[in-house]
Amino acid sequence: MAYSDKVIEHYERPRNVGTFGTQKEIKERRDIGVGLVGAPECGDVMQLQIKVDDSGRIEDAKFKCFGCGSAIASSSLATEWLKGKTLDEGLSIKNTQIVEELSLPPVKIHCSVLAEDAIRAAINDYKTKNGITADTKAHAH
Amino acid sequence: MTIKLPIYLDHAATTRTDPRVVEAVLPMFTENFGNPGSRNHSFGWRAEEAVETARRQVADLLGAEPKEIVFTSGATESNNLAIKGAAYMYAKKPAGETGRGHIITAMHEHKAVLDPCKRLQKEGFDVTYLQPQRDGLITRAMVEAAMREDTILVSIMWANNEIGTINEIPEIGALCHERNVVFHTDATQWVGKMPTDVNRDNVDLLSLSGHKIYGPKGVGALYVRRRRPRVRLTAIQEGGGQERGLRSGTLNVPGIVGLGKACELCAQEMDNERDRLLALRKHIEEKVTTALDVVQINGHPDKRLPHLTNISFGFVEGESLMMATKEIAMSSGSACTSASLEPSYVLKSLGIGDDLAHSSLRISMGRWTTKEEVDYAADKIIEAVRKLRDLSPLYDMHNEGIDITKIEWQAH
Repeated sequence: MAYSDKVIEHYERPRNVGTFGTQKEIKERRDIGVGLVGAPECGDVMQLQIKVDDSGRIEDAKFKCFGCGSAIASSSLATEWLKGKTLDEGLSIKNTQIVEELSLPPVKIHCSVLAEDAIRAAINDYKTKNGITADTKAHAH
Repeated sequence: MTIKLPIYLDHAATTRTDPRVVEAVLPMFTENFGNPGSRNHSFGWRAEEAVETARRQVADLLGAEPKEIVFTSGATESNNLAIKGAAYMYAKKPAGETGRGHIITAMHEHKAVLDPCKRLQKEGFDVTYLQPQRDGLITRAMVEAAMREDTILVSIMWANNEIGTINEIPEIGALCHERNVVFHTDATQWVGKMPTDVNRDNVDLLSLSGHKIYGPKGVGALYVRRRRPRVRLTAIQEGGGQERGLRSGTLNVPGIVGLGKACELCAQEMDNERDRLLALRKHIEEKVTTALDVVQINGHPDKRLPHLTNISFGFVEGESLMMATKEIAMSSGSACTSASLEPSYVLKSLGIGDDLAHSSLRISMGRWTTKEEVDYAADKIIEAVRKLRDLSPLYDMHNEGIDITKIEWQAH
């Protein structure tokens, strides 16, 4: 299938690949929120980690992704957009914006939905760890 | 030696037409363009002669008689004619009733076998879909265990198109002959690559395709046994009564001549080609399994086509792997490109987990594949898998000793 130039660009030079530590270390760090969404049997797993500073701003974001080129590009883009945003601003990122930015075709819209879910999950994880009421509104699948 | 990109390693999907085939076909469009059905002038006679030469070339490759070859548009049509044609001919009850007869096939057959079987189920036939072993093998014992009093037809592919596993065809054929059951095999991936003798191998009906054996697309054949036992079929396509009434329609003379020539070339070159391709296959498998961990070669370790390998790379998704190796043409076991998100049903039927099924590549080599190309492809695949594993959260978890099958994933 033909990918858009932006998908190929993110796929070939993914931004912010990595983690802030092992799964175990991350669990114990209160400044880190983790979102792990998708399932191996569906062919997509996204892991998004955000590092939040004292003022409640996302100072850094990292991702890892098992999935197709569009899934990798969606998560790469998500980390770019999250950096420097407040938690609320992060939560306002919509999958449709990702679709538009990457020109995803209809069969790849689920990749953008997954990225939005990952953002939401990471921010909620951070909030839960820090005793802030989490946003419970999740995507229906 | 410089390598010309892209590299074609998808010969199980289709092959380049051999230039010697093209040369044989071209005059059939311009000089020898007659209709073999025109019995009263030389244009027709010459075309008929060309078709009969091709019929002998196909028959010779199979150890069959020319009269036993029916030309079709390809293996899909051959499968439809064989399966529906035999079921209707040997039905135990008329249309509209149930219990019309029992058919045995396997879950990992090609759709061109499965879908005709599904249709027959709707029309009152019973079908058993055998579950293959993990190596993809269908054995005589498995077919025997599924046999019933009312079994009329067994259809088992000679070699699987995704994993290359070679089934126990001569043994299953012998069983069918003992039980007076018609035996069909879809030999699309087998014929032309491996020695075939329909008498020695006890086959009654055999489907083959031109474009998998360096011939043209849009042409194939069905072998229909005429002696010991004589197999009869109900025609599916009706009309002018060509091909002894089994397949009406003006013959595709250029295609048929091309198929004949392709068969002749395969017969001549098969032995050398097989050894050469097997060495290349072993080379790529060894290279990849030496360089990478969590790699699995699918299919049977020995009973497998020489030119095809199907490899699962743990923690890497197939489509992104194809993207990272885009100058190499291969197939992926992942169907993420379709809307269904379902991985290969063939790999799933073997009990390979969905995660590994999503992570598989089928590499199939052919007549012009070189050692340099295979080396280049192996290096690229290894590089791509490493790159994607650096990106893969699942590979991290694996390395941290986390069992990903124990995680409660949220399927979406």
